[in-house]
Amino acid sequence: MTGILLLEQSLNSLQFGLMLFLLAAGLTLVFGIMDMINLAHGSLYMIGAYLMASLAQATGSFWVALPLALVATAIVGALLEISLLRRLYERDHLTQVLATFAVILIANEVVRLIWGNQSLMLNAPAGLTGPVTLPGGMQYASYRLAIIVVGAAVALCLYLLVTKTKMGMLVRAGASNREMAVAMGVNIRRLFTVVFALGAALCALAGAMLGPILAVQVGMGENILILAFVVIVIGGIGSIRGAFVGALLVGLVDTMGRALLPIAFAKMFPPQVASNLGPSLSSILIYVLMAAVLFFRPQGLFPARG
Amino acid sequence: MSKVLKVAFPLGIVIVFPLVMHAMDQQFYISFATRILIYAMAAASLNLVLGYGGMVSFGHAAFFGAGAYIVGILAFEGVTSLWISWPMAIAVAALAALVIGAISLRTRGVYFIMITLAFAQMMYYVFVSLKAYGGDDGLSLSSRSTGLGVSLSNDFAWYYLVLVLLGIVLFLLHRLLHSRFGRVIEAIRENETRATAVGYPVYRYKLLCFVISGAIAGLAGALIANQTSYVGPALLHWVQSGTLMIMVILGGVGRFWGGPVGAGVLLALEELFSGSALLGSYSLHWQLPVGIILLAVVMFAPQGIAGAFAKKPQ
Amino acid sequence: MLSLRNLSKRFGGVVAVDGVTLDVAAGEVHALIGPNGAGKTTLIGQISGMVGCDAGTIIFQDADITRAKPHERVRAGLARSYQITSIFRRFSVLDNLALAVQARSGSSFSFWKPVAAERALFDEARAIAEEINLGAKLGFQASTLAHGEQRALEVGLALATRPKLVLLDEPMAGMGPEESNRMIALIGRIRAQVAVLLVEHDMDAVFRLADRISVMVNGRLIATDRPEKIRLNPEVRKAYLGDELAA
Repeated sequence: MTGILLLEQSLNSLQFGLMLFLLAAGLTLVFGIMDMINLAHGSLYMIGAYLMASLAQATGSFWVALPLALVATAIVGALLEISLLRRLYERDHLTQVLATFAVILIANEVVRLIWGNQSLMLNAPAGLTGPVTLPGGMQYASYRLAIIVVGAAVALCLYLLVTKTKMGMLVRAGASNREMAVAMGVNIRRLFTVVFALGAALCALAGAMLGPILAVQVGMGENILILAFVVIVIGGIGSIRGAFVGALLVGLVDTMGRALLPIAFAKMFPPQVASNLGPSLSSILIYVLMAAVLFFRPQGLFPARG
Repeated sequence: MSKVLKVAFPLGIVIVFPLVMHAMDQQFYISFATRILIYAMAAASLNLVLGYGGMVSFGHAAFFGAGAYIVGILAFEGVTSLWISWPMAIAVAALAALVIGAISLRTRGVYFIMITLAFAQMMYYVFVSLKAYGGDDGLSLSSRSTGLGVSLSNDFAWYYLVLVLLGIVLFLLHRLLHSRFGRVIEAIRENETRATAVGYPVYRYKLLCFVISGAIAGLAGALIANQTSYVGPALLHWVQSGTLMIMVILGGVGRFWGGPVGAGVLLALEELFSGSALLGSYSLHWQLPVGIILLAVVMFAPQGIAGAFAKKPQ
Repeated sequence: MLSLRNLSKRFGGVVAVDGVTLDVAAGEVHALIGPNGAGKTTLIGQISGMVGCDAGTIIFQDADITRAKPHERVRAGLARSYQITSIFRRFSVLDNLALAVQARSGSSFSFWKPVAAERALFDEARAIAEEINLGAKLGFQASTLAHGEQRALEVGLALATRPKLVLLDEPMAGMGPEESNRMIALIGRIRAQVAVLLVEHDMDAVFRLADRISVMVNGRLIATDRPEKIRLNPEVRKAYLGDELAA
């Protein structure tokens, strides 16, 4: 029994971690290259999920709606960058925090105005609603498996993009030393907009894929945003590899913690204590992890800047 | 306007306000004004650490909420005397600030912002999980704190008590900021490297500033618990921290009246947009104009921000 | 007074400071010269405590300060000025200096008394301002000063801590001839009370002021001697001075 539980939770960790990676990748690039704290990243995730839900209803097909939602969110992201965010690059972190916090407020209300206060329905695509039997006999939700596949594929594409293509090289150069990149003639403005739009698309993908599992509602962005920040702080700001490792780590600790800690506590403590202690401790586990990483390696596990 | 008049006039308004409201039969605004005074204290405490100390703490709600919860929990357990619960609220908030500050201040820049945020979230989750004390739904207090001769459910008495406390806090802050300690804190904000190179053990000063700020926030928390006769985990949420920061920015970072002014402006805006006929059926969406105004202030009103954070430090 | 023994520091693959051994005696002006990137500023960072030491020891006034924290070194009498001006830009000149004086005169964990009431503090600050020729600019915000004046304030802040030895990192950086002369005169005035380790590129100043000169190239010290000897040292000529100074 425990073996199956562990396997199931491991897969859940992987699924959650990969989705977190999609969010964290965009965030760490923006942070690493433009040195900007972008709290509105969670809002792009929310907008992606909402657009996906609406488009899925309108077109009747999950797989048709998905690329449309990605493109639409990327456009929103690009517009946001061009109109507002690029003015924040030269400002201090406090200003960036406050300005993007204001964007969150505005985005939340605009979404409420358009879609109302209720959470939206987003269904998993037909064909992926049932469970799949894995080798070994265990049943696992096929949709979650699909998320893992999509997440891993995107991670691979991102890796290839960043390490093997010219644009990727520019991005990495910008992440480690912006002035140098500018000095070498890179069109920084255009690069930034592209990076931002790409990050927005990744957010939308995460939002769209997680939509059937989590609720599509206003405020969904804020909850996952903090986790994304924890991921990039652990992984190292500016590093895609760090975001990947960090996201998997956070996914693992959070999922396993929530599943296993209450069980372990129930064995060790009286039920009254366990039912209180278990959930609260598992919630704070990832923050303890972040604090520990910051203590021993303040720049994160894979710092992009030397 | 002569200096005396500059002080006497607003002071007069603030003292006479409840009487005027009572005469105009607008009792609600007395309570509303008290709310502003409480948030003025909380914002002033954040301004100390943020505006004067230069530490961008995104977890200030942790101390505010902790103070509130101490009062709530003690009241739930039967301890309603403010002579016990309020000092305890301050002490617990200060202790939390000591622990959180001791760890967070070893980092800087964005890591500091993130780690203070994370700690606040931790405290949020801890309090949410306390099922015995309301969990997600929070805790109601049956009455305001006891211990003074007067019943504090009387809006007048409550208003004036809060006003006196705010006055004391602001006075103490004023002395603090003009003392040796205050100078060092501002110097550290200006140029931390130089402050070290001139012989100050910078970490100790920052930590002490952080703790003082947390203690004041704890007192404000104790007051907010009494104000609404309710404590809930939302008080500790990072959105609450953000709200406090907005107040400080609107009012003027690093300027003495920044906290109180910002609290007044933001709460007034909130009231204006959500309660009145201004937006009609859209009044539910009051966060939208607030967000726009905040954005405008942040982008175009550099005085508020330039006070303490002109350009990016290189 | 100050002894560096075998000091080393690497950054990743790069060795910035390689086994440097150097002494500064009381009352001496010891100049440290070398091409850009030789590791001089790193060395100053190590002495002041902002940069760690991978190997070696630093002895200051017979005490091993290799592991001492930066502010502790300042308290012990070791002050520093920065190559890139690092002052309290939005404070006035007077407040800048008063802050430095305050650091060594009693505890600053004092929360009640207003600083403005402490006459002694400000009198001392004024005196230092006179020494660095900024007596007329006490009320000016530091950011409004001319470059040369800011450099003077930079040195003044170091002096205000009443050090026994001061590390001056390119005090004449970016100065015109008149300002440089004033700085040279200032250093000449303070040498009686304070030992000086002077990092400089301005050869005129170096040869006018230094009792001894050490030459650093690629992280290593290639020569330490009196100025006349350094001028004639063939290795130094080859590595750094070239034929300019032969003239």
